[in-house]
Amino acid sequence: MTPDRTIRQPGRWAVLAALVVLAVVMLFPFVIVTLNAVKSPAEYSSGGPLSLPHGLYLDGIAAFWDRVDFGLKLWNSLLISGVVAVAAVVLSVLNAYALGIGKVRGRLWILVVFLVANTLPQEALVYPLYFLAKKAGLYDSKLAVILIFTVIQAAFGTYLLSSVLGQFPRAILEAAEIDGASRWRMLWRIVVPISRPTLSVLLIFFFIWTWNEFFLPLVFLIDNDNQTVPVALASLQGEKMMDATTTSASALLGIVPAVAFFLIFQRTLTRGVTVGAIK
Amino acid sequence: MAPPGAGTARPRGRGGYWLYLVPSLVLFLAIIVVPFLMNLATSFTRWSGVGTPKWIGLDNYTKLFKDERFWASFQHNVALIVAMAVVPTIIGLVLAAALFDYIAKRFGGRTASALRAAFYLPQVLPVAVAGVVWGWMLHPSYGAVNQIFGLKVNWLGDPDFALATVMAIMVWFQLGYPVVIFMAGLQRVDPSLYEAAEIDGASWWRRFWHITIAQIRPEIFVVLLTCTIAALKVFGPIFVLTRGGPGSATMVPSYFSYLNFFQKVNVGYGSAIATVLALIILVVTFLFLRVQERDQESES
Repeated sequence: MTPDRTIRQPGRWAVLAALVVLAVVMLFPFVIVTLNAVKSPAEYSSGGPLSLPHGLYLDGIAAFWDRVDFGLKLWNSLLISGVVAVAAVVLSVLNAYALGIGKVRGRLWILVVFLVANTLPQEALVYPLYFLAKKAGLYDSKLAVILIFTVIQAAFGTYLLSSVLGQFPRAILEAAEIDGASRWRMLWRIVVPISRPTLSVLLIFFFIWTWNEFFLPLVFLIDNDNQTVPVALASLQGEKMMDATTTSASALLGIVPAVAFFLIFQRTLTRGVTVGAIK
Repeated sequence: MAPPGAGTARPRGRGGYWLYLVPSLVLFLAIIVVPFLMNLATSFTRWSGVGTPKWIGLDNYTKLFKDERFWASFQHNVALIVAMAVVPTIIGLVLAAALFDYIAKRFGGRTASALRAAFYLPQVLPVAVAGVVWGWMLHPSYGAVNQIFGLKVNWLGDPDFALATVMAIMVWFQLGYPVVIFMAGLQRVDPSLYEAAEIDGASWWRRFWHITIAQIRPEIFVVLLTCTIAALKVFGPIFVLTRGGPGSATMVPSYFSYLNFFQKVNVGYGSAIATVLALIILVVTFLFLRVQERDQESES
């Protein structure tokens, strides 16, 4: 065995080295954005994007934060994504209760319709929604975006949860029924608590998906006070006055919340990706 | 002991559950069904968004099929399917197999999951933010990419490079998703399969082909389907990086319809583009599910 091992040794490190190099390439944008977001414009123009910063220069980030009122954008994104996540989970649970446990007639077709709705391109809905929102006085309001994404996310949640609830242990439900529990009570006292792990995965996914959305918020949130983080950052792209350090500061502010969610929810996310893959 | 409310006879059995669908059905009708039908109807009209739409039958569609920009936008979509679905799936398969079957065994699970996390990280960014990051790195005069390679290329502004550049960015963005899904799928594979193959002297390549790929076929289907749909819908990176330009070198259907809706106020034409795009996505989804079904049948 020993000679064989020594022969394989260089090859074995080569595979690891190749993967590490690839990982460095993948992470490079994160590193270089961070490095340059803490440089002063003078440092950038003398050293270029590749030099290491001499110290922590945070004025660029602070100036950008004030200029776009980034705190407000963060709050808008949090509010929209949070409300959508909760509302979409509630709707998904109600639907999945009727479809997965109630097994209402025609449930297969209802599921197909929900699934189609989730795959539909938003372009095929956007103009009528824009038109209707204007008529209803909801254009350029967070409420319009919240309503639309609640329905879109719940369409996916219904599909996923229905199959989970379809396998819900019948014996528990029958026991509760004999005790005289109403359907409404059974849903909130038995089904929801027992399915909590799946519900929390859905909640986090809806939150992050909504946070990352761009197209509909771009169309619907025109006013500076309503914009979400991605929309605010993207609409500054065309501006000529953005210099190199300000742009990297803005990129960093877009990256930080996303990476923070990833670190906080890492376990749930990997679990959820697996659940989604098997479906 | 009588349960509370026992006097009022509650219907038992199947009936009544549909009540729980009512809130969704109302919202669904207002936000998906009615707008979709309105979009379809608008696609048969000439309309600037104000005033009364003028019925013109199939004119938008016949115009569409003669419109070079439209055909170019679909060619770009095919290129993006290669960049967002095909290439990440192939590289993802090799990476997942290498991490699972090689790195994890020889260097430990921690090394493997650290590398997996590094590959996955771009996926957590909002795609528009990923666009901001790359737009800055690819800037022709002060960008990092030109500095590193000592070049002066206008990556996104030169029609010869723009589409290839967007494709490369999308590979970077998408790669982590298949890696994570495939590694999760590999957990299902019985390790004795690999051991038996190793004892029989099967090469790494043979094991990769006959065990890894064969065993995670369902995951490969899911990844290809979801990534293809994402590629057909792609909007954010195009909006942030190139706005379809230079010229129409990176025009895609979703941006093309957006342009017609909100800048050219050609709402009927934009609706026709959106309808065709929706149709293509539905057909692709249907075909994928069909192939997958047949694949599963031949398995059993």
